[in-house]
Amino acid sequence: MSEATSQKIPVTVLTGYLGAGKTTLLNRILSENHGKKYAVIVNEFGEIGIDNDLIIGADEEVFEMNNGCICCTVRGDLVRIMDGLMKRKGKFDAIIVETTGLADPAPVAQTFFVDEDVQKNARLDAVVTVADAKWLSDRLKDAPEAKNQIAFADVIVLNKTDLVTKGELAEVEARIRAINPYAKLHRTERCSVALADVLDRGAFDLDRILDIEPDFLNADDHDHDHDHHHHGHDHHHDHGHGLKHYHDEDMQSLSLKTDKPLDPNVFMPWLQNLVQVEGGKILRSKGILAFHDDDDRYVFQGVHMMLEGNHQRKWKDGEARESRLVFIGRELPEELIRAGFESCIVS
Amino acid sequence: MKEFTPASDSASIVSVTDRVKPVALGMGVTSAHFLGDRAAFVGGEENVALVDSKGEITTVVVHSGGILSTASDGKRLVMGGDDGKVVSLDAKGEVTLLATDPKRRWIDAVALHSDGAYAWSAGKTATVKSGKSEEKSIEVPSTVGGLAFAPKGLRLAIAHYNGATLWFPNMEGSAEFLPWAGSHLGVTFSPDNKFLVTTMHESALHGWRLADNRHMRMTGYPGRVRSMSWSAGGKALATSGADTVILWPFASKDGPMGKEPAMLAPLQARVSVVACHPKNDIFAAGYSDGTVLMVRLEDGAEILVRRNGTPPVAALAWNAKGTLLAFADENGDGGLLEL
Repeated sequence: MSEATSQKIPVTVLTGYLGAGKTTLLNRILSENHGKKYAVIVNEFGEIGIDNDLIIGADEEVFEMNNGCICCTVRGDLVRIMDGLMKRKGKFDAIIVETTGLADPAPVAQTFFVDEDVQKNARLDAVVTVADAKWLSDRLKDAPEAKNQIAFADVIVLNKTDLVTKGELAEVEARIRAINPYAKLHRTERCSVALADVLDRGAFDLDRILDIEPDFLNADDHDHDHDHHHHGHDHHHDHGHGLKHYHDEDMQSLSLKTDKPLDPNVFMPWLQNLVQVEGGKILRSKGILAFHDDDDRYVFQGVHMMLEGNHQRKWKDGEARESRLVFIGRELPEELIRAGFESCIVS
Repeated sequence: MKEFTPASDSASIVSVTDRVKPVALGMGVTSAHFLGDRAAFVGGEENVALVDSKGEITTVVVHSGGILSTASDGKRLVMGGDDGKVVSLDAKGEVTLLATDPKRRWIDAVALHSDGAYAWSAGKTATVKSGKSEEKSIEVPSTVGGLAFAPKGLRLAIAHYNGATLWFPNMEGSAEFLPWAGSHLGVTFSPDNKFLVTTMHESALHGWRLADNRHMRMTGYPGRVRSMSWSAGGKALATSGADTVILWPFASKDGPMGKEPAMLAPLQARVSVVACHPKNDIFAAGYSDGTVLMVRLEDGAEILVRRNGTPPVAALAWNAKGTLLAFADENGDGGLLEL
């Protein structure tokens, strides 16, 4: 997706559990005076209606690819709609795909990985998840869809913060961070977020996988955020240190890091095999890699079993040649992944 | 499919590029047809450009948005748009509104029968209008990918997810489901009415022998097949999607079952569109690098119609007599060749 990225039409995927405020955010994006025209793919007409934009109804038809990859599902309706929209190239600047509240974002993202024609014309920009500050904690307990949407997100708009106490807000944020410490998180009331924070993020652009450190927010309860981050980070390396943090029972992130070079001839087959075997559990993966005897940084990203990667650029003088990988997923076999990763290090 | 290595004498190809009348359409083109002796180049949105043999262009507005689907019988052109309308254009350039989707949904597919009946689809619903009888609709389990009328009788094939549905609109309860896992996008009957072939979302065709619904898997393409064309008499089905034209044999009662396809006109570019000559065993092929070739089925002899170095060829069409070939690339630069 990184080739000729600038000419491709950016696609923002808007997810969020029922009632979180997706339509509010969508209306906000469309009504803002940005001078851009959007093609918006929605599931239900009616609540939005901005004259200048193209609104297209979709049916969320998910189908499995016949390629033997069980989690390789794509949105057939998107393939069709993208094909139709490309006949009107030049009439809009960007595409927004709104999913239903119960949708899994993976098939949408995978459509942009596997479909040759879609890839030729459009690029996935980011998955933006709107979350309800008041109800998300409950939904994370009883709705796997809500958890998927948080885990998958590049940007989380934590909405309705005016309806909760400071303590409740801290709790819901901690729960989000337990699942996905990497997404940019914005606290909003009525989805009042700057457009630049949700659009044109380049979250799937290999050239922009620069920062896969957990997201720091300069929030007012800085102590908590900092603490949480710190513990969350530690947590991955050292289970059960007893400090207050949330550990989601089944959805976690796993980060791996080494300052020793990796052997590409070991690492690549290991990664391929890992996503083949465990791809059903791995929702998102990203990495910046330093290979032995290689002056170029290698970057990759993946959605379930699909990976794409490339040499990105030369390591800069003085830049630490570190390899960092991040997996977000369900019941990740942490020890197995860690051991596998260790075995890729050139001894 | 093996990789092609150009023969050492490939520079000596016969060329008719100097006999092509260039046509600059000034709009993105998605398909071409003939209406009488005028070529009809369908734009990506709003317009159809009618071009006569002198190269004179008449532009006709047909939709108020993107043009999503087309079908033609040589006398008229039926189109579906993202404005929710089904319209037809005749050889005189007259536009007729045939139908409007009540919810203004996209008209994803259209089909035209030789007796004048037409069909269109919006979402999961396919509708047929035949002569003076009422419109008849059928709902299939998922969004319609493509429509085709059988060459005999009023029977419609509807491609969708996980198979195709065959339906006699005038017979209650006649829908027959032909299952095959995956997403089916385009559909065509063999001219002898014996086979149904679909193009799939993955890089493959699927076929059914209609006598016994036996499956025919036609795989091995490096890319999705977007263009299919039956050779004169239906002996072969020419297809795009590879760096040669793939022709599946349909002359015998078993069709391509257990047979290898013929691979003609190899280039180092993907075939984007194919169109078989209506009478002779010749086809035209357009490529992703802008090349247009005419090829003889019998021995694969090639004639160069247009050189490479332009955007992908998007449209190819022969007139009914087979005396004119029209082509255009995605950006609307095309030509007419008189044979």
